[in-house]
Amino acid sequence: MDLDRYRDRERVRELAQDIARLCPSTTVNIMEVCGTHTMAIARYGLRGLMPDGLRLISGPGCPVCVTPTSIINAAQMLSEVPHTVISTFGDMMRVPGTDKTLEERRAEGADVRVLYSVYDLLRMAEEEPENNFIFISVGFETTTPGIALAVLETAQRGLRNVCFLAANRLVIPALEALCASKEISIHGLLCPGHVSVIIGSDAYTPVARQFHIPCVVGGFEPVDMLQAIYHLIMQIAKGEARVENAYTRAVKGEGNSKALEVIKAVFEPTDAEWRGIGTIPLSGLRLREEYAHLDALERFDVKLISIPEPRGCRCGDVLKGLLIPPECPLFGSRCTPVSPVGPCMVSSEGSCAAYYKYEGTGHA
Amino acid sequence: MCLAVPGKILSIDGVAGVVNMSGVEVNVGLQLVPGAKVGDYVLLHAGFAIQVIEEDEALETAELLAEYIFPKDEQ
Repeated sequence: MDLDRYRDRERVRELAQDIARLCPSTTVNIMEVCGTHTMAIARYGLRGLMPDGLRLISGPGCPVCVTPTSIINAAQMLSEVPHTVISTFGDMMRVPGTDKTLEERRAEGADVRVLYSVYDLLRMAEEEPENNFIFISVGFETTTPGIALAVLETAQRGLRNVCFLAANRLVIPALEALCASKEISIHGLLCPGHVSVIIGSDAYTPVARQFHIPCVVGGFEPVDMLQAIYHLIMQIAKGEARVENAYTRAVKGEGNSKALEVIKAVFEPTDAEWRGIGTIPLSGLRLREEYAHLDALERFDVKLISIPEPRGCRCGDVLKGLLIPPECPLFGSRCTPVSPVGPCMVSSEGSCAAYYKYEGTGHA
Repeated sequence: MCLAVPGKILSIDGVAGVVNMSGVEVNVGLQLVPGAKVGDYVLLHAGFAIQVIEEDEALETAELLAEYIFPKDEQ
């Protein structure tokens, strides 16, 4: 298998030169909203290949990072109810709530379990009828269809000891909110590869049209990403704002219609808080009326309480692309991957963690 | 968290299937890829197949993505 063409140094150099040649002399901000892109940019040192004035900035592309503190706190509170099992994906374990992480709650004796697939939840619930299982449901559109199927199955099997703490988020409303914001000028969007497998590249058309911002879906290899950036720069130079799909290996225009149908059958959009950013209209998902009995907040009568970020934490500004990680005063000193203060340092896909690992602390 | 990796469907039983993912056999849900057949390549995410892809693309993507999951510099 000839994989070299995705990492070919010569091809990388050519693309970087083409980008530099076409790039306008004014400041150009290209934002990616995908944790895997964040990692790839840092890992392959793509920032160093960009011409002066072209900034690659990371948006809120990591679903773990944008899960609000209120969800973590609610899960920790629920973990104190006897015979309750909190379950979630592994990345969530180390995200700090107000006082502690779920990992620390587990060390205190709470029953907190990490799942690879949400189907493990249903199996455990059947095997342990004496326990109540609460699943912290996080993720963007890539992850949500599987969770929606688990909700449907929970209802079909009549499992009374399973419920969901729904914190799934939608990418397009977040992009719209960022593009509409006066805080930062975004000139091009490098759109996420695997979210787009589900929503399709056509989903970005309204963003491109309304805000006159080119949108290009990109893969995860250096050549893939540089090609996507090249397409963005070409459009920016010509004053165009179209959607292009530079990751046709996996992404179709229309996305996965079955997956979209399943999401729609189970969830409905609702205003939702993004950690560090605030509430974005219709950017989250809640269970539809017919599945409201599976909503953990309703079942246990818990209210989500919005909590400000820890003092000094600038994750919100990092998630909005206003700040690069080394510009945060806590970065690399009080906040490190071993002892993270904010969520962007927790997940390996968080901007701060990726920067810390691959681009150094920035502190001389 | 949104990373999906390719695998080959080895067997199908109703809506569940066994997929070879980089040499490891895993059980996955096939509800999101109606029409997928034994021998097809699919993109997998958190226990579900989310897209059928061409074999060439799958083999290519598998090798490339393996490094994200098992980075060479960390082995």
